[in-house]
Amino acid sequence: MKKHYPILLTSFILLWVSSCGSTNNSSNIASNSPVNYIENKGSDTIVNLALAWAEAYQSEHPDVSISVTGGGTGTGIAALINGTVDIANASRKIKSEEVDEAKSKGINPLEHTIARDAIAVIVNPGNPVSELTLQQISDIYSGKITNWSEIGGEDRPIVKLSRETNSGTHVYFLETVLRLGNKEDKTFFSADTLLLPSSEGIISEVRDNPNAIGYDGLGYIPDDVKMVAVAKESGMPYVLPSIESVNDNSYAIARDLYMYTDGEPKGIIKNYLEWIGSEEAQAVVAELGFVPILK
Amino acid sequence: MEKSLSYREYIITRLIQAAGYSAVVFVVLIFFFLLREGLPTLMEVDASSLINTRWYPIEGYFGILPLIAGSLIVTLGAALIAIPFGIGTAIYISEVAPRWAREILKPLVELLGGLPSVVLGFLGILILSPYLRVLMDLPTGLTAFAGSLLLGGIAIPTVVSVAEDALDAVPRAYREGSWALGATRWQTIWRVTLPAARSGVLTGVMLGIGRAIGETMTVMMVTGNAPVMALTPGSLFSPVRTMTATIAAEMGEVASGSTHYHVLFLIGIVLFMISLIVNIIASSVVFRVKKRAERILS
Repeated sequence: MKKHYPILLTSFILLWVSSCGSTNNSSNIASNSPVNYIENKGSDTIVNLALAWAEAYQSEHPDVSISVTGGGTGTGIAALINGTVDIANASRKIKSEEVDEAKSKGINPLEHTIARDAIAVIVNPGNPVSELTLQQISDIYSGKITNWSEIGGEDRPIVKLSRETNSGTHVYFLETVLRLGNKEDKTFFSADTLLLPSSEGIISEVRDNPNAIGYDGLGYIPDDVKMVAVAKESGMPYVLPSIESVNDNSYAIARDLYMYTDGEPKGIIKNYLEWIGSEEAQAVVAELGFVPILK
Repeated sequence: MEKSLSYREYIITRLIQAAGYSAVVFVVLIFFFLLREGLPTLMEVDASSLINTRWYPIEGYFGILPLIAGSLIVTLGAALIAIPFGIGTAIYISEVAPRWAREILKPLVELLGGLPSVVLGFLGILILSPYLRVLMDLPTGLTAFAGSLLLGGIAIPTVVSVAEDALDAVPRAYREGSWALGATRWQTIWRVTLPAARSGVLTGVMLGIGRAIGETMTVMMVTGNAPVMALTPGSLFSPVRTMTATIAAEMGEVASGSTHYHVLFLIGIVLFMISLIVNIIASSVVFRVKKRAERILS
């Protein structure tokens, strides 16, 4: 019997801790009237940004309580349609089927662009290649182009670097660049693509290795690696990623990030969304590696 | 007085007993947990797609062969480095080094064993891999070989410390007898001391290999994690993805209860099995050696 005591004790402590946690939570909710409570759910790409915003906003407005959860864009929009959240975060535009479904339930999704997300393709500063088309980048990562000399560089093998498969950036790059936005396309990253667990790993390898090509969120790119100018198709202009080129949609590997509300927002939700458009909130955007919206 | 003494004795004995049993209990519990989380895979994924060469879990490709091959090649490389260096260091410390060198070397080797693996990973990513790329003219330095070098470094202290203890435990009379017969110092080490300590040395080697195959952080940082099939010796100089790095990199984000989650646990089971096999081989070899030694002595 003696052996069970530690286990029992541990479980009691756990129970006690968790019950404390829950009482705190419920008292928080109870002390705020339901009007001051914003439920925010959706895209995993945006979840860190939304959390940072919620924290900053709550510290300025102690009377407002914002709950942020991830789960994916689809989950967030479904929750908005079911009326369980006030704001849905989305890393893509709402689909027309989703709008129809919402309308049938009396919900009127309204789109707010809250930030932009751009991916820069980077190479070693010593690499003479500085312009690529989306098709060429796709061919590099799928393994059709394996030597820099095929695209106007030196005779060196190409070492492809990518984030791990669980990163939102990886999935976005797969869909937008490798598959060029075509949903039917089943192109893959070639198996010899190095999957590095961190942004830092990619950047330090690109910095050191003249054979390497990598990609990462525009906000994370330091000055000592070279960004590649990208053209949507051959014949179109090559554009370097920058806050301006992302905002005027001339840079190809960029997308808008959205929040959806049911109809025109009112009260604290309206205040919150207005604050998100402010310079202070957009500074947080830049800190997290996204691209702020230019007015 | 006597009563309280025997009472204390009883408590202490029981506590030690509980500690002894707990190791067994934990291993069994962990194994059942692994089975419970990993076996559903076999219902969800065909065996043919598991025993496949493409690992791309977000699109439902769960071929675990490249991961097994990756782990094996990195561990093999590490063993090739750790065994000669580890046993050599142990022989030097135990048989050759003067007393003062011995007293400096032993704590130093133990200190090496205490280095956090993430620190070695940093060294690997910042110094070793760029250096390897230039030195060997490889496309990238993030290769199985970089992982093997670092894992070898991690395994060496384990090998040294166990093997040195075993060499030290060989009775002095064995060596003296050998010298008396006119054998040189090297002949004594190679023909007498080392064979006499064989079981301990082998245990050290197996523990070192076990340490290498289970190591995660360092390999995740330096091997490049590309899930390619590593079949030829040349693959040692290309990027690979190991089982441990796969679990560590993907477990954090995977939806609990999904197929991908179950497959990661299945990889855990495979890893567990490999360690088990290594241990069984080690103990059976040790057992056989002992029996032979006994026969000779009798």
